[in-house]
Amino acid sequence: MQLNKLLSQRKADMVKRWFDEVVKTYPGETAQFLKRQKNQFANPVGSTTQNGLEALFDVLIQGGDSEAVNSFLDPIIRIRALQNFTPSQATSFILFLKNIVKESFRKEIADPQVMEEYLEFTSRVDDLCLTAFDIYAKCRETLYQIQSNEMRNRTFRAFERAGLVKDIPDEESPCLRPVKPPVSGDCNT
Amino acid sequence: MSDFPKPDQLLSNIDRTPPRTDWMDTPVNIRKGMYCYAANPKSVEYTHLPFPHQWNPTDEDWHLPENWKEILHEGFKVRLERFRSFKIFMDICVRCGACADKCHFFIGTGDPKNMPVLRAELLRSVYRNDFTLAGKLLGRVAGARPMTMDVLKELWYYFFQCTECRRCSVFCPYGIDTAEITMMARELFNLIGLNIDWIATPVANCYRTGNHLGIQPHAFKDMLDFFVDDLEEITGIRVEPNFNKKGADILFITPSGDVFADPGTYTCMGYLLLFHYLKEVYGLDVTWSTYASEGGNFGSFTSHEMMKRLNSKMYAEAKRLGVKWILGGECGHMWRVINQYMGTMNGPADFLEDPVSPITGTLFENARSTKMVHISEFTADLIKHGKLNLDPSRNDNLILTFHDSCNPSRGMGMLDEPRYVIQNVANHFYEMPPNTIREQTFCCGSGSGLNAGEDMELRMAGGLPRANAVKYVHEKHGVNMLATICAIDRAALPTLMDYWVPGVGVTGVTEMVANALILPGEGERTTNLRGEPLPGMEDE
Repeated sequence: MQLNKLLSQRKADMVKRWFDEVVKTYPGETAQFLKRQKNQFANPVGSTTQNGLEALFDVLIQGGDSEAVNSFLDPIIRIRALQNFTPSQATSFILFLKNIVKESFRKEIADPQVMEEYLEFTSRVDDLCLTAFDIYAKCRETLYQIQSNEMRNRTFRAFERAGLVKDIPDEESPCLRPVKPPVSGDCNT
Repeated sequence: MSDFPKPDQLLSNIDRTPPRTDWMDTPVNIRKGMYCYAANPKSVEYTHLPFPHQWNPTDEDWHLPENWKEILHEGFKVRLERFRSFKIFMDICVRCGACADKCHFFIGTGDPKNMPVLRAELLRSVYRNDFTLAGKLLGRVAGARPMTMDVLKELWYYFFQCTECRRCSVFCPYGIDTAEITMMARELFNLIGLNIDWIATPVANCYRTGNHLGIQPHAFKDMLDFFVDDLEEITGIRVEPNFNKKGADILFITPSGDVFADPGTYTCMGYLLLFHYLKEVYGLDVTWSTYASEGGNFGSFTSHEMMKRLNSKMYAEAKRLGVKWILGGECGHMWRVINQYMGTMNGPADFLEDPVSPITGTLFENARSTKMVHISEFTADLIKHGKLNLDPSRNDNLILTFHDSCNPSRGMGMLDEPRYVIQNVANHFYEMPPNTIREQTFCCGSGSGLNAGEDMELRMAGGLPRANAVKYVHEKHGVNMLATICAIDRAALPTLMDYWVPGVGVTGVTEMVANALILPGEGERTTNLRGEPLPGMEDE
């Protein structure tokens, strides 16, 4: 595995270039801040992205189970799912790595053996991008879910507390027997 | 098939880089999920604010009065003359950038117009154009631009992406208070009927019925009675709160969120137990009011006049009941209004007594002008003097951290009292990293009237720095509960945790005090106020 060896050797440089490309998806002033501020609490977006990309780079070279991939990818996507990005903009940063690797190892990739490995590598990057899209969709679902939960809790709980909501009693009330469904399932018979 | 784009066309639509234009040339994009709905005209009308009308932030036409530019110009001028601080804040910024990366909305959204310096610049550019010679002569070269519909939309969008938390002002070498710039901008919007509904309707409700939700006195009492029933089940003791009792020692006022919204309701139950204890053991007579039934003051997000008007109800009620002083519950911006504005706005409240705890004899000198004492300083003082019988092990299931709410911490300097209380009623407490707490605390992202449902993306992005610090202590120390002393925090943070750090709950401080408090004559407690088994009682 020649390519993997090359990638491991130049990991720091590769991740730095990947990170630089990702921060370029933000407006100029923001990109500067994301690169400059190293404190993880003052700059959660920058540090989450940096740490995530590093870990994902390792996964792409060494492999990893889906749980590990999720744990590195989720924090980045969870942030981008809220920011001013379209779904494609939020997830396509994964694909940037293909170009970075191609540009960095243009000479080496001319070797058919390395080319073969490069194609395998890009296929793993594609898979990672698809996983990113799954996570993105899940984050958006969560967002709508928490929004509706909050609304429900605000109104329903208040109604409940005020005694305006009556649950079905545990014991069957003699006055309110449940209506038996028709045997054939046809309401007209 | 001919309608399908070719692969190269398809990809060319994916733009990976944002515009690199100057901020003045980058048009505002009012994005769904980032703004709150427009005010219901009925609410605007009820409080006699001008130009109540139907409008929608995403519509081209906001249906403004014809002379809206003159109204804004005149309103700007009046405020520059009336508020010297506003004039100074417009003039003295040197754009050093110290504040730029301190705003939770900038950090979370990555939008440069949320850098406090640039957000203020949105308004300063209009100020320079209208009120400075350089701006009038040199225009854009001097950083000036005339007010247009696009400029107004930009101002509206971004000044409703500021929670007035004042974190930026902590870092400003000149002490510019960006929150006050936001307050002025919002006052200007209100001159042409451009409030948001999450502020306007609570204001109208509070003006009419005394609280944000429009709960009438009998329903308010009913809610507290439900808590009394619940408390009897949990402790075996029936507490008897006073309502509107003339001649009581102390009037207690808390945000109505504590009465109606979980998990604030447990904090409210905590107040009831604490007051019962103080009555039984020390004879302290505390009364609730069904009229001054709101500590929060959304008027402060509307205008100075509205803030004053809503605040005055609390003092009118204290006067009517003839209490000695006022005790305030765990609220956020109520304390900003009390500590920063009340003294000269409706105060000093000379008809009340200097607040002295009848139990410990402590004089709360900081509250001499406003006569209003925070429940955390009151409780901390009781604990310090050994006046409460506490069993902290009842909170042993909690691994806690404390979120300093912006207003009590930065707005009144209350940093140590809640921590002192927590450490005396619970055994497992871990601080978040130093640059995220105390004066440097990160906002919940939902303050200043922005905790609506429709702006959820804004709230989650703005809450990221806070959640990020919680996540750190959650992973490092197993923190499972976030304590706080603000009702908006209690309403907003559970949702924030659900998105960023599932598994962390939210509690008020007085809820934990009540869990630890051993009442005279109580039965053996098996559950906490939430009905969950106490540590060691899981099998009961």
